[in-house]
Amino acid sequence: MMRGVANDGELIEFVYAEARLIDEKRLEDWYELFAEDGCYWVPLTRGQQGGRTENSIFFEDKLLLKVRIARLRNPHAYSQAQPSWCQHVLQAPAIENRGEATGVAVIRTPFVYAESQRDQQEIYAGVAWHHLRRVQGRLAIALKKVELLNCEAALPSLQLFP
Amino acid sequence: MNRYRDDPDLIRSLVRGCEVHRDVYIDPDLFDLEMQRLWHTAWVYVGHDSQVPNAGDFHTTEIARQPLLMTRTREGDVRVLYNRCAHKGAKIASAVSGNCGGILRCPYHGWTYRLDGALRTVPLKGGYENSGFEGSPAALGLTAVAGVAVHRGFVFARLSREGPAFAEYFGDSLSSIDNMADRSPAGRLEVVGGALRYMHDCNWKMFIENLNDTMHPMVAHESSAGTVRDLWKDQQPDAPKPMVVEQFLPFVSNYEFFDKMGVKIYDNGHSYTGVNFSIHSKYSSMPEYEAQMEAAYGAERAQAILGEIRHNTVYYPSLTIKGAIQTIRIARPIAVDRTLIESFTLRLVGAPESLLERSVMYNRIINSPASVVGHDDLHCYRSLQEGLAGEGNEWVSLHRNYSRENEARGIAGIHNGTSEVSVRGQFRAWLAAMAPQARVR
Repeated sequence: MMRGVANDGELIEFVYAEARLIDEKRLEDWYELFAEDGCYWVPLTRGQQGGRTENSIFFEDKLLLKVRIARLRNPHAYSQAQPSWCQHVLQAPAIENRGEATGVAVIRTPFVYAESQRDQQEIYAGVAWHHLRRVQGRLAIALKKVELLNCEAALPSLQLFP
Repeated sequence: MNRYRDDPDLIRSLVRGCEVHRDVYIDPDLFDLEMQRLWHTAWVYVGHDSQVPNAGDFHTTEIARQPLLMTRTREGDVRVLYNRCAHKGAKIASAVSGNCGGILRCPYHGWTYRLDGALRTVPLKGGYENSGFEGSPAALGLTAVAGVAVHRGFVFARLSREGPAFAEYFGDSLSSIDNMADRSPAGRLEVVGGALRYMHDCNWKMFIENLNDTMHPMVAHESSAGTVRDLWKDQQPDAPKPMVVEQFLPFVSNYEFFDKMGVKIYDNGHSYTGVNFSIHSKYSSMPEYEAQMEAAYGAERAQAILGEIRHNTVYYPSLTIKGAIQTIRIARPIAVDRTLIESFTLRLVGAPESLLERSVMYNRIINSPASVVGHDDLHCYRSLQEGLAGEGNEWVSLHRNYSRENEARGIAGIHNGTSEVSVRGQFRAWLAAMAPQARVR
């Protein structure tokens, strides 16, 4: 019997599939994974409490995500004249909370993320936190929070989605 | 061997009329001289005094490759010291910021200093008796920079003993800092949150010049702001705009808009665009905040403060600010083709949180390493850095709206917003510092 918002296998498969959509640049499909009020957040500082009143690297609602994805498809996105590609390598996701009480499952996934553009390749490491809830029968991202190990470092352009 | 060091005429030959030689952007020798001459004689931004609010607080940074330490003393003064132990040279503070409790202590041999840099104790002091130590530089403690000035919380330093006084160096350009601080009902600003740190592999001047370059947004930012315009195009004209739409749309305003914005220049390379209006002019009003401002300043003065909606102000060569949206960007040159851009958000003390949210969003979408706007800017700077290696044409054109009459208006007049007059002004300042008429040091 299922407890919480989904059984464990479904939650874990969701996290793997989500990263794969980004890596394969199926970004419109990725966008559809987010709940209407969903948020993609990469904090700037360790232990940062929120993104509204403090600087973040990313803090995107669906509208901003839509803009970002449409821009990547725009022929005038000059920084992508030579396209960037990325690869997530995920450690086995750990279910921190099945959401029995809250309706929101929380999954913690350590990862390595590489982003490359021709001769340049940047390697990042961190922990992704997925907050998932069930919307009209399917799982949806309420929050994907990506804590980069080097969030406080001087970074080059981060053009895709860790 | 630096071929420019002892040849001021050779340096002067790099700036001719409305053109500059490509070497100013790509030659490492010139970069070294810029650090020693321009960046040492200029008043350079160190930090904001709200980053060291309490006695014993410190903040470390770097200007022109010099390790610096900003401290708050028990008397409440802000000091700027070289972050270099008087003994063997170790950095006294290695953390970005913190509180040292009132004593700065070297992590190597434990020499201690007061917050103003004076030497306090040396372990086994007897070992220095009759050694000549008392008359040595080490006995003087941490060296202070030659000049420090604090204006509305903005801390500037001049490293060289020689150079213009603070008020003379910035002149009326300080009105942009004043306007930003005046936008707080309490007249005060505070840095909030972390610094957005975006590494640019380009020369620092490309970034600084771009701030008042109003001919690039409609081209370089077509993919980001143009995308927002396209997503929004079916909405009714009076439909309330989400904040992100409100902030992106003006970037793809037409040439006429940016031209009519106007640009004002000052001596020593400073300038601002948005004399008449700016990309921030059409932001939705915030009645609660406006009422606070009227209560604090009176209706007329409040209206004057909020009616001054400048675009970017460049405090040459290190700081650029956006008073209307309370964000600042600092250029930290690292090498001829490498510059760290650090962006901070400031809170208007006493104002509603909604203003801070607006500033934070703007700063993130424009200045984060993940900024969709910044990616295209940096792409252009990088291609300048690589393209300038091309031979055949060694000159960069700065002719836009040059005429004897236009230039003669200088700092007195308002220039059309798309003029390159601000960049020409920057190079006059550059040359004055790099090849002074008096003997070159």
